[in-house]
Amino acid sequence: MQEKQSATATEMAQVETIIGRILQIGVVFSAIVMGIGLVILLATGDSGYAGHAVPLTMAAILVGSWQLKSYAIMMLGMYCLILTPVLRVVVSIYAFYKERDHLYVAITTAVLIILMIALAIGLTGK
Amino acid sequence: MIQTALIMIGVGIFAGIAGAILGIGGGMIITPILTLGMGLNIKYAIGASIIAVIATSSGSTIAYLRDNVLNLRVAMFLEIATTIGAIVGALLTGVLDPKYLYLLFGCLLVFSGWNMYRKLRRGQEVLQRVEPDKIASKLKLNGSYYDKAEMKTIDYQVENVPAGFSVMFGAGVASGLLGIGSGAFKVMAMDTFMKMPLKPSSSTSNLMMGVTAAASATVYFFNGSILPGIAVPMALGILGGAVIGSRIMQVLPARWIRIVFIPIILYIGIQMLGKGLGVHF
Repeated sequence: MQEKQSATATEMAQVETIIGRILQIGVVFSAIVMGIGLVILLATGDSGYAGHAVPLTMAAILVGSWQLKSYAIMMLGMYCLILTPVLRVVVSIYAFYKERDHLYVAITTAVLIILMIALAIGLTGK
Repeated sequence: MIQTALIMIGVGIFAGIAGAILGIGGGMIITPILTLGMGLNIKYAIGASIIAVIATSSGSTIAYLRDNVLNLRVAMFLEIATTIGAIVGALLTGVLDPKYLYLLFGCLLVFSGWNMYRKLRRGQEVLQRVEPDKIASKLKLNGSYYDKAEMKTIDYQVENVPAGFSVMFGAGVASGLLGIGSGAFKVMAMDTFMKMPLKPSSSTSNLMMGVTAAASATVYFFNGSILPGIAVPMALGILGGAVIGSRIMQVLPARWIRIVFIPIILYIGIQMLGKGLGVHF
């Protein structure tokens, strides 16, 4: 029992290290993108759009980012930030799989599927 | 413009530190500052809150994962309940009168506040049961963490899994239907119902909040509720604050965190009861 428990503990430590590292990369990346957008906004004083308009489609955000429009880059950075928890769930499936924890591969996959359904409802709902 | 950015970074740092320590989303702190303090429309305040919750969650989780404070299995297992709850809540919008949910959750939070006060009076943070819980053992939910304040490893057992799962489902419904961050409910489900120690409860709540919020964030993102000029400097501040907060939390005695947590949970609870009864204050 004692041995089994400590095996579970080391396994968890490894799983957590993998997820933590990937999450850190995702967070730092979104922070850099948001930071670049904010610096451009403050330096030029120009959002890149007329009045208080904000780019609201993925296409407009990507095109605007390419043209170095500050609001577009800021929206892109925030979108990356929104995806970090989803990324964490995806990496968790892989990490549990690598540790041969099939029960938690199943549980985490279920969470991902439910999350995808929620995202789909969110996209079509409004 | 630079002034607004600096204010939002400052607000963010504060909200990030507090959110990371207590395991609650930044919404509770962000919304009043933006609406009352800066006169922003509630729609934009809610949009900013959703971004705040995700930033707090992802920023603090990095340290909580590395230092092994949170309980990843508990988080994953309970996320089934919160995400299904969030979908049910979103679908129930317009069908169910939110009044009853406010009343139910108001009562639960006040009960939880009372329960936490009793725990505080008893002065005993971790309960060790002789007989391990069957469901918790089967799902390998029992865990341990290293408490930097007490400088020792604390083993704990998880109990009442079905009750915790139910409260988490309700927390998901509440966040989907009422659009409120449900960090306080999540801490309550783990601390009060599942008898987990406060530090794993609050850090695990932080981890879970991000996933629940991500589900609804895309809606707000594409419907124009998020103002980049406000939300981006705030999010950057929160990420920094959450990294700091997740370090402070680990060296704080759990007792102190509980002392701060009790008035907050009672305040949210009473506010919700007020909304349910139609009284505004």
